[in-house]
Amino acid sequence: MSVDFFYPEYEIVRDQNRCISCRVCERQCANCVHAFDEASGKMYADDSKCVNCHRCVSLCPTRALKIVKSGNTFKTNSNWTNDYMKEIYRQANSGGVLLSSMGNPADFPVYWDKILINASQVTNPSIDPLREPMETRTFLGKKPAKIERDCDGNIITKMEPNLELALPVLFGGMSYGAISYNAHASLAQAAKSCGTFYNTGEGGLHKDFYQYGTNTIVQVASGRFGVYKDYLNAGAAIEIKIGQGAKPGIGGHLPGLKIVGDISQTRMIPQGTDAISPAPHHDIYSIEDLHQLVYSLKEATDYQKPIIVKIAAVHNVAAIASGVARSGADIIAIDGFRGGTGAAPTRIRDNVGIPIELALASVDQRLRDEGIRGNISVICGGSIRNSTDVVKAIALGADAVYIATAALLAMGCHLCRSCHTGNCNWGIATQKPELVKRLNPEIATQRLINLLNAWEHEITEIMGGMGINSIEALRGNRLMLRGIGLTEKELEILGIKHAGE
Amino acid sequence: MNINARGLHFKDLNAQVRAAAARDIVIDNCLGQRYIGSGLAGKNLVINGLPGNALGAYLDGSQIKVYGNTQEATGDTMNEGEIVIFGDAGDATGYAMRGGRIFVQGNSGYRTGIHMKEYQDKIPVVVIGGRVGSFLGEYQAGGVIVVLGIGQSGQLPVGYFTGTGMHGGKIFLRTDFEPEGLPPQVICREATAEDKQQILGYVQDFCAYFGGEPQQLLAPKFYVLLPNTKNPYKQLYVNN
Repeated sequence: MSVDFFYPEYEIVRDQNRCISCRVCERQCANCVHAFDEASGKMYADDSKCVNCHRCVSLCPTRALKIVKSGNTFKTNSNWTNDYMKEIYRQANSGGVLLSSMGNPADFPVYWDKILINASQVTNPSIDPLREPMETRTFLGKKPAKIERDCDGNIITKMEPNLELALPVLFGGMSYGAISYNAHASLAQAAKSCGTFYNTGEGGLHKDFYQYGTNTIVQVASGRFGVYKDYLNAGAAIEIKIGQGAKPGIGGHLPGLKIVGDISQTRMIPQGTDAISPAPHHDIYSIEDLHQLVYSLKEATDYQKPIIVKIAAVHNVAAIASGVARSGADIIAIDGFRGGTGAAPTRIRDNVGIPIELALASVDQRLRDEGIRGNISVICGGSIRNSTDVVKAIALGADAVYIATAALLAMGCHLCRSCHTGNCNWGIATQKPELVKRLNPEIATQRLINLLNAWEHEITEIMGGMGINSIEALRGNRLMLRGIGLTEKELEILGIKHAGE
Repeated sequence: MNINARGLHFKDLNAQVRAAAARDIVIDNCLGQRYIGSGLAGKNLVINGLPGNALGAYLDGSQIKVYGNTQEATGDTMNEGEIVIFGDAGDATGYAMRGGRIFVQGNSGYRTGIHMKEYQDKIPVVVIGGRVGSFLGEYQAGGVIVVLGIGQSGQLPVGYFTGTGMHGGKIFLRTDFEPEGLPPQVICREATAEDKQQILGYVQDFCAYFGGEPQQLLAPKFYVLLPNTKNPYKQLYVNN
């Protein structure tokens, strides 16, 4: 065996007593792991091709399959870990930049898990959300700083355009191209049904989805894929994507094998060539330039749409957010370093950016200190995993959150982190028709709706427990949070006390 | 109708343009107002003076004639229509164009025609009479860029880094010298008669606006830049 041989990281264990050789696993695996041996009448698996997506495990009718971590390892070394060694071999063999998918899997602190939520006892009694009304409705956009009246003394009610959400959760940007037609259809329908929004990502909008425009955020990124007047006017808001948490400072790169048919048409790029969305917008080098793009979009849509500016959480995020708040943008979206992606250089994904919890807390504080918090709403993402993450984010100062990985999981994603191969067995991160059709949009829509409904119930329960009946009263309410096992500095940045204080 | 832009804020000027019932609008005394004609459809705009940044951004089927120079990001992401500049254009002219045509009599700045796209018969065109700055046609995914180099005596009419990241479309350069230092993903060759035939119509229209003899302009040596499909960008990566 050559130096480039890697013993498979995961092994497929087949219980031959249970296996009935129905060959479902063989048909379901786009990576061609399973094969039937006519001579012995048995199924065999080539572990080396397995990405551990669990499609075969989930669909095996006799529960004959499981996937376990293989015991094979190089000599244990805390410095030269198995992963670092393999990466060297891969690069020595290919000379290529290491490419990975989905969010940073490395062992960095997750601050959500070190923050605890308050509840009422005796005084300020808790509220039962089943009996009493709870308000989770959220408005995103500029808020008036003061009440203004016309010459007759009537209050001027003309507001800057705002997005109205039934609950403070939106689906984050995932492009048509990175994910499939059926995945987009499901997100669009679920957003409409739940009174929230999905986000086109940077790949343009398929004609079939213009009907969901009132629940759509259309994205404008450096590659400007699919951007034209109808697209801008189709959405309820326009998001300028400056960066994303998974790869701050790096552009998008959709592999050519995903540029087929409608994707080519929607993006207006040749079939089969890689779609390159460079790191910078080549017309933005300053906040003043950002202001220019914000206003060119406002002019193109007659000031009817809120403009979102999405940035990755990086070291100077608070100062950048302050600039964004002064650029004319209505909403800022901040994406933490655990945010997912369809493809990112491994080194960038795992080493660049900062946790969303710290970024969010420092941005909210900075905007308050400067007296411009009302100029702009804050959406945070990357990564929000459950309803308590949502509650903690709102209490740290977010107006709403983006969920994307969680939405993919709801549709069936098993986080095998192989999106960039285009062989998604769950029909989500692929453009192969035979795989795309595996994702039933009706079922996926219902699963997304279920997820949001469940989270809404949990959010109102938690709010009720705190004696809070409106999401407005939770926003930036850091007294409702306590840290556990955090340093003084971490507590200072998060703006919360330690548990017991 | 005529609009006197002297002292007008861009918001007021653009609101007047949008509200105008007339199809033909002349803007006089234009001085730096941005976003003129943003997303505009079905109008003929004549601008006397110096429009500001992002002239004709997302233009959706209007004609804009500028008697003067333009600033940055002219025709940014324009979809349809025509922008004719009787002067020079600034940086990022025709950024991410997806349709329509831009004609510049003089020179254009850095990053001209970057990110241009095309799909089937929807092919954007940029024709520059003089020379352009660096980064011409970066990340080009479609469309046609023609740099005529008029008055350059056959010298290379482009700066550095032409066609970096190019993966579609064509760039025509009227020059005696092949550009050097092109990335391996770009092919450069001398234009054939057939290639020149492809841009004849554009050059004819250029001459109709600014004068000149199309056949005479097309007679000298041209180089054409194309993406090298045999050498795609994915070879930069290894699955991990």
